[in-house]
Amino acid sequence: MDQEPQSEQTSGTGVWQPKVIAFVCNWCTYAGADLAGTSRLKYDANIRVIRLPCTGRIDPLFVIKAFERGADGVLVSGCHPGDCHYNTGNYHARRRWTLFRELLEFVGVDLRRVQFAWVSAAEGAKWAEVVNAMVQHVRELGPFDGYHIMLAHSGQTEWLKTMAAKGGNGSGVPGTLPVSPREAKEEGGVTDGRRC
Amino acid sequence: MADAVEELRALARDLLSKGAVQVFVGYGAGSVANRTIPLIITSADRAGELVWNKHCLNNLAVYLTRQEVLKRGKVAVVLKGCDARAVTGLLQETQIPRERVVLVGMACDGMGEPLLEMCRHCDVHTPAAPGGDAHRLACDHVIGTATAANAAPDDEAAFADVAKIEAMSPAQRWAFWQEQFSRCVRCYACRQVCPLCYCKRCAVEKNEPQWIASSAHEAGNFAWHMIRAMHLAGRCVACGACERACPQHIPLTLLSKKMAKSVAAHFKYRAGTDPTAAPAVKTFDSSDDNSFFR
Repeated sequence: MDQEPQSEQTSGTGVWQPKVIAFVCNWCTYAGADLAGTSRLKYDANIRVIRLPCTGRIDPLFVIKAFERGADGVLVSGCHPGDCHYNTGNYHARRRWTLFRELLEFVGVDLRRVQFAWVSAAEGAKWAEVVNAMVQHVRELGPFDGYHIMLAHSGQTEWLKTMAAKGGNGSGVPGTLPVSPREAKEEGGVTDGRRC
Repeated sequence: MADAVEELRALARDLLSKGAVQVFVGYGAGSVANRTIPLIITSADRAGELVWNKHCLNNLAVYLTRQEVLKRGKVAVVLKGCDARAVTGLLQETQIPRERVVLVGMACDGMGEPLLEMCRHCDVHTPAAPGGDAHRLACDHVIGTATAANAAPDDEAAFADVAKIEAMSPAQRWAFWQEQFSRCVRCYACRQVCPLCYCKRCAVEKNEPQWIASSAHEAGNFAWHMIRAMHLAGRCVACGACERACPQHIPLTLLSKKMAKSVAAHFKYRAGTDPTAAPAVKTFDSSDDNSFFR
């Protein structure tokens, strides 16, 4: 991390690459993604797939955690309504996500960063389309600066370094970070001393 | 109100002396004027210490899930209409055996001086008495009659502050909440006073893995408030206890009201109104909104 900050996110080309985490269910979307692979379908490599038993298992905490670990977008995908391996897991998940996305929107998260899909085991081509579209949206939005800045202010020094290396965030001054609301209040400078 | 307090004391004296309940949870005089404290008494001799006035803000329903209270036996608790909604939620979630509790509903014209904003939009000034609507929690005793008129349950003015935030741009909303959350000191007072935050082990205390950073830094605070709001979505009865308990004055009810608004809009459900209804996030409908899925 020290030698080459964000090496993963620049792919050695110097061009920023979005990092998108996909939480998928074991029975439909994971198999769909598998099908995309065995069908030799090419899609954006910016996605990291995390397999879970069911969309009903995907806790909103997972999405928060993904952002905390530097994700720029999160995709959640599972079986179509009516197709759940456990009969009702995706229905319960749908209620939860309905509320969670409105909560995220309410606190200022752009909902293009958190997307949802139903991809069956037979829909390898749809999986490729969903991923490409998601990555495209996040690419347009750019890095999730808001969250990254929040992490930097929370003592996540790696992020502080990478953000500084990138030349700041809208402050126009390379190597500086916007002052956090709390620090602005305390009239102190930006420090990376606050640890978890 | 003076009549009501005498009636309340007489009831407490009666219930405790007869052994109908072993614990009576009500309000007592605070150490300063215009304040009350939760008063938990186990003997009829102390019934005279109970008070009922404009400052009985605490939601005493929180004690109904506390083992140190329950282990003493049958519990009577003083409830305002809004607090009774929290008890409704606890009953829906099978957290309290109905036969173990005696609910003492107090007619209430609104609390606080000046009147709390939430009380202006109250639609439960008088808790329901036994023998009424089966879809509303009946208290075992109801004391007094409220003079204030009930607001319409779908009173849009109650959500005016939510609409104000919604009208902001995403960047403004982000900045607003970053500022609010940055003040959080993670005292968890909001959790402790919430009657519906009854988990024996809270998500924030789970540390293998550490899901929510426990330090009071922005990222941890953000995760905490998001998860708190999610865990209360469709369950919060908007009693406002969390916001009143917050030493940092974070507008916590904004988040829960936003969730209540979404729950009402999508699932036609309002928390704590019908003890026979299935809680919104416990159930589902195959015709729920599917528009945001690709």
